[in-house]
Amino acid sequence: MSEQPIRLNGAQALIKSLELEGVEVIFGYPGGAILPVYDPIIDSSIRHVLVRHEQGAGHMAEGYAHATGKPGVCMVTSGPAATNVVTPLADAYLDSVPMVCITGQVAMAAIGTDAFQECDTTGITRSITKHNILVTKAEEIPHAVKEAFHIATTGRPGPVLIDVPKNIVDANNPDAYFDFVYPTEVDLPGYSPGTTPDQSSIDAAVELMMSAQRPVLYVGGGVLKARGAEALLQLAEMSNIPVVTTLMARGVFPDSHELALGMPGMHGNYTAVTAIQKSDLLIAMGSRFDDRVTGKVGAFAPDAKVVHVDIDPAEHGKVRNPDVSVVGDCREAMEMMLEALAAAGGSSAFADITPWRQQLSGWQEQYPLVYEQSEPGENLKPQYVLERLRDGSPKDTIVTSGVGQHQMWASQYWTFDHPYTWINSGGLGTMGFSIPAAIGAKAAMPDRTVWAVDGDGCFQMTAQELITATVERIPIKVALLNNAYLGMVRQWQEMFYDERYSEVHLGFETPDYVKWAESMGCVAFRVEDPDEVDVTIAKANEINDRPVVVEFRCLSSEILYPMVPAGGSNDDIIVDPSQTAPTSVEGN
Amino acid sequence: MTTASSHRTIVVLVENKSGVLARVADLFARRGYNIISLAVAPTDDDRFSRITIVVDLESAPLDQVVKQLFKLVNVVEIADLAPGNAVERELLLATLGVPAETRGQLVELVQIFEGKILAVSPGHLTVSLDGSPSKLDDFEALLDGYSIVDIQRSGRIALPKIGKQVSRLRAV
Repeated sequence: MSEQPIRLNGAQALIKSLELEGVEVIFGYPGGAILPVYDPIIDSSIRHVLVRHEQGAGHMAEGYAHATGKPGVCMVTSGPAATNVVTPLADAYLDSVPMVCITGQVAMAAIGTDAFQECDTTGITRSITKHNILVTKAEEIPHAVKEAFHIATTGRPGPVLIDVPKNIVDANNPDAYFDFVYPTEVDLPGYSPGTTPDQSSIDAAVELMMSAQRPVLYVGGGVLKARGAEALLQLAEMSNIPVVTTLMARGVFPDSHELALGMPGMHGNYTAVTAIQKSDLLIAMGSRFDDRVTGKVGAFAPDAKVVHVDIDPAEHGKVRNPDVSVVGDCREAMEMMLEALAAAGGSSAFADITPWRQQLSGWQEQYPLVYEQSEPGENLKPQYVLERLRDGSPKDTIVTSGVGQHQMWASQYWTFDHPYTWINSGGLGTMGFSIPAAIGAKAAMPDRTVWAVDGDGCFQMTAQELITATVERIPIKVALLNNAYLGMVRQWQEMFYDERYSEVHLGFETPDYVKWAESMGCVAFRVEDPDEVDVTIAKANEINDRPVVVEFRCLSSEILYPMVPAGGSNDDIIVDPSQTAPTSVEGN
Repeated sequence: MTTASSHRTIVVLVENKSGVLARVADLFARRGYNIISLAVAPTDDDRFSRITIVVDLESAPLDQVVKQLFKLVNVVEIADLAPGNAVERELLLATLGVPAETRGQLVELVQIFEGKILAVSPGHLTVSLDGSPSKLDDFEALLDGYSIVDIQRSGRIALPKIGKQVSRLRAV
């Protein structure tokens, strides 16, 4: 408490507190209850990005947080604005994204009276936030902000919401003034997340790792959250243990590394999926045995012992009981493992897993990701577009995506060699995530190329944020893979509902995406011919003063492979029909 | 009520702030855990309240319940009271319609169970009984022969038996 107190009202205190937390950008939208807080924003060093829908504000904050590791901040008013950020909050909660959301609330005296634009924001968001706080007095605001940032960024990160009644930020209310001092400590007797694992658990884990014959590092988003990419690379290289990266972890381990097996799960590649199935030791590193990875839990990696490393104690044993439970930060855990392994003799301390590596290489050769080029006159193959986009864009391009087939193809076909270059909605599966998330990422990293890979269904959910991108000069690029359908749903209807296509056709003609994008201030292109793909991508990559939308007309009937049918065993993976059906490949 | 093996009593020390009970109740609802009984009261330290929850173990593995509870920022400490390690008490109140001819029997029953008569009217008695949940179960079963106007049980509260080890788990 070295600072001299200054007399501020609640609104000024809120903005001052955010400044002291190092906030650079607020993604927000003003309205009745939050109005008083918007006044001091004019005098603040913090940039405010005016979104076009509150959901956009939330996803932008997420994109910002994914790209930087710093908490994203969004601010909206009460009632419908608060309910509009429910989706991003749930998204951030499921993907452990550090985020602070500030909502306006009706005045204290009106709470509970069904006042205009009143809703029970803390009640509604209780189960989709790591924590939420209804502030009742102006002088509590600095503490609430301090706590919110502390909780959002420590332990397993997540969204924290601060609900601020209008009267305590009202400059005309004498009771809203107090002597502002920013607290240096938080008072949270029930919250002290540990980060350092027990040495004994590390020793037990290392013991299993050294003797395993068919080990796999099953790496999840927790390693990105722990800034653990470097430690992971060292651990993999010392142990020679192959690495699968889940949808949330793409980029944490270089795809071009010889130990990289790519993505496991429902649409993972054959080798990644089968490596897990046949492994005798899974080192789950910041991953959570999500149903999209495990398929049928009872049939998941049946012969594997499990070392589970996760900072959240509740993840241990939630889905799969681990043989060794390492509770703590993934980076710290891996650094401790490296130390223990070095002491045990480093690489030479491991069992020879050459046969396992050979088997994996065999599968990689036999079952690579494949697609056939489109026939002349046919629309584009989405896989081809993504390969060309990958090869025509800078290596450190940040890719965001929506949810559906395009998301899976992007994850499959991009070569992610850098951490924090892949931003998507994994847990909640939020359509419309990519454009606002790209804006958030680009606002954080203006010098990087940011491509939003989107589908036509997703695009129509949040496209209006391209106006935000234009007006706020945040020049993202959108690769719109337009196949005129809700492609993933169409695929399921084709495969599991006798090709009865119910309510999935969106059409190529309406809307006219090029005109729509142009009306929002973007440069827009439409590509139908494979020969135009490269040149258009090159043009798009050269434009840096405005957002760009490239509509790629894609083949509606293209099926995403491989696929493990929902609820099925990973052993029943369906590969591309051109590849020999794998009939129960034996582990060695 | 329930057998000892299908339930477990946990005592959750929480910060005494508005909405904390709702957070705990929400968590049980959201994760599909069933609460058999719930009792809440302030502690001797006014910063904290104590929530005694009897958890239905058939709906939830205890380990997950405890870990998920700890994820609530306002949960400070959890004591897991395994059966046999805890002294459990509960209060029962009942108003019964009793004609004059059976009133004597009922008064006798209340005395056998060491209960109290709290209120009397010509046709009714209100009785109270505190004791272990199983004693209350027995008493309640015997009330079947009477006309029950109202009956209420408090939900149990519990303390560890003196000298027994109790795992007092702190948030990690």
